[in-house]
Amino acid sequence: MSAAASASPMSASHNPPDPQHEDPGTSGRKGRKRAGKRPLRERLRQDRTLLLLCVPGILYFAVFFYLPLAGNSVAFQDYQPYLGFKGSPLVGWDNFKALFEQPEFWTAVWNTLKISAVQLILYFPAPIALALFLNSLISNKTRRLMQTVVYLPHFLSWVVVVGMFQQVFGGAGTVSSYLNDHGVHVGNIMNNPDTFMYLVTSQSVWKDAGWGAIIFLAAMASIDTSLYESAAMDGAGWLRRIWHITLPGIRPVVIMLLILRLGDILSVGFEQILLQRDNVGRGASEVLDTYVYFHGVVDGDWGMSTAAGLMKGVIGFVMIVLANKFAHRLGEQGVYQ
Amino acid sequence: MSTAPISTTLRRETRARTGARKRRGSAERPAWMEQPNPAAQTLKFLVIVAMIVAVGYPFLLAIGTSLSSKAELAANGGYVLFPSHPTLESYRVVMSGGVITRAAIVSVGVTVVGTALSLLCTIALAYGLSRPRTFAGKPLLLIVVGTFLFTPGIIPNYLVVQQLGLIDSYGAMIAPILLNAFNIIVVRSFFQGIPDELHEAARLDGAGELTILCRIVLPLSKAVVAVVGMFYAVTYWNSFFNAMLYINDPDKLPLQVILRSYVLQGDTFNAKALGVSVVPATTSLSMAVLILAVLPIIAVYPFLQKYFVKGVLTGAIKA
Repeated sequence: MSAAASASPMSASHNPPDPQHEDPGTSGRKGRKRAGKRPLRERLRQDRTLLLLCVPGILYFAVFFYLPLAGNSVAFQDYQPYLGFKGSPLVGWDNFKALFEQPEFWTAVWNTLKISAVQLILYFPAPIALALFLNSLISNKTRRLMQTVVYLPHFLSWVVVVGMFQQVFGGAGTVSSYLNDHGVHVGNIMNNPDTFMYLVTSQSVWKDAGWGAIIFLAAMASIDTSLYESAAMDGAGWLRRIWHITLPGIRPVVIMLLILRLGDILSVGFEQILLQRDNVGRGASEVLDTYVYFHGVVDGDWGMSTAAGLMKGVIGFVMIVLANKFAHRLGEQGVYQ
Repeated sequence: MSTAPISTTLRRETRARTGARKRRGSAERPAWMEQPNPAAQTLKFLVIVAMIVAVGYPFLLAIGTSLSSKAELAANGGYVLFPSHPTLESYRVVMSGGVITRAAIVSVGVTVVGTALSLLCTIALAYGLSRPRTFAGKPLLLIVVGTFLFTPGIIPNYLVVQQLGLIDSYGAMIAPILLNAFNIIVVRSFFQGIPDELHEAARLDGAGELTILCRIVLPLSKAVVAVVGMFYAVTYWNSFFNAMLYINDPDKLPLQVILRSYVLQGDTFNAKALGVSVVPATTSLSMAVLILAVLPIIAVYPFLQKYFVKGVLTGAIKA
């Protein structure tokens, strides 16, 4: 409560310190300009309320994020639950070697890359196209209604989404039975391993394309409308206006999201795929995440599955860094500087 | 940074709205834009209808099926859009006090307690990091932002939860997803948009940081707290994997796991477990559970919709 806790200096620039306004109780703290030079103990004392407020959150990230991050050392151990982190023997790169000899691991890698590629080509442009469409709606009422409609599926759980697809495209599903009855043999779309990657991609589009469009809509809203006006004066039709104004206007955002997507190239909707793994079988649906889950938590092969998970994390990190560098080279802003 | 985007959007929206009120209808079209082409208009209309059907149809089908009787479902090959004799039989079973009711209660409990804890920690941390030149402010912020770059992986997460003794406890459904760095950044940038003058004035009146947070900052941040709170609530309500991973005791399973076992894994309903004597049609009951899992989302969605574009916008631009 006391003014001592009142902490941090205001930005001296627009609010010049006035010693007379200081609370008399502030043990001689004078002008805020000297903020940075205050002795450590005094700074700690002044900021203690703020620091105490940070404690639970920081502690949380330490325990549930950084501790597991360090726990990846299990990848270099022959981990035994009863021996724990400390007791389990170190085995160097053995887990990785064993992993690379497993054909199932390579199936998982291949499936992951395959699904990821399909998603990159078919899912990634969907929110952009949707945003272009929503942006082209002139009536505010209609646009708001459509936004309400297309954002909704984002808030449904994967269990619900897969359940909904089941009732439409499953064996007894309304659409698949209709097609099967009318001479188009599609069978049970939900169980077809050959088309599984398109199925998961269409589920992703249904669930998240609307939500993903928000950020592009925001970018489009910040484009100066006078550009459109002068382009129209010069005789540019709507297609040319999109090509020469809208798309360049949202380019930084597109590149940023593309970089983030590349960082996630080895994550392809874990829950979503896990839920449908029994339907289509492992051959088509085993991806890195499900491989890690089944070999680690289910089969108890802790060391090797952690090695697979660690590899995935490292590759994702490297992909982000490389893609960002590449974007900088092309003169783009990227995700970070 | 901070609230600049919010105010611009707000201004733009207000302008658009007043414009619409004044002129109505197609007059929103700016003067330089060419007159609508009937073919393009028709195409747009068709796309709109297609989108509404694509989103709405599965909901209607689930509702229709959940209200249908066994005989009607059998006659129609499994699913019914508009039942001719709607019956609430399935919902009666859902509410009968058996497995499904219990799972729904677990889900509600986890969601309520989890959201409260999440909001408390998020607000505290966001405020602690929002004041300029706090001691160690930069490294602490880096700790939060660093979580965007890596993912620890499933197995190490599992081992940590296991070592903490959380297996088979309700805590295992809350603790691993308690905080989300994105939400913290969103709240923090909102707090930073509150003018320094307000802090200064309160401080002159002798208020400490806690008083300022509770009396000045929070009342001004209702919108962002509401959005982030609903983000957390939706996450807890929808979370399925943590329960599958950490909970073995069938009495502690949340609704999403139950839904999965019935709808996706085709587990048969057991009359005794459900707490009824006669089980209604399987598909009808499955869809009733599905609707039960969707209902709270639909209930909060209008409120969420009102605010979230703004919230997401600031966060996205900041991040």
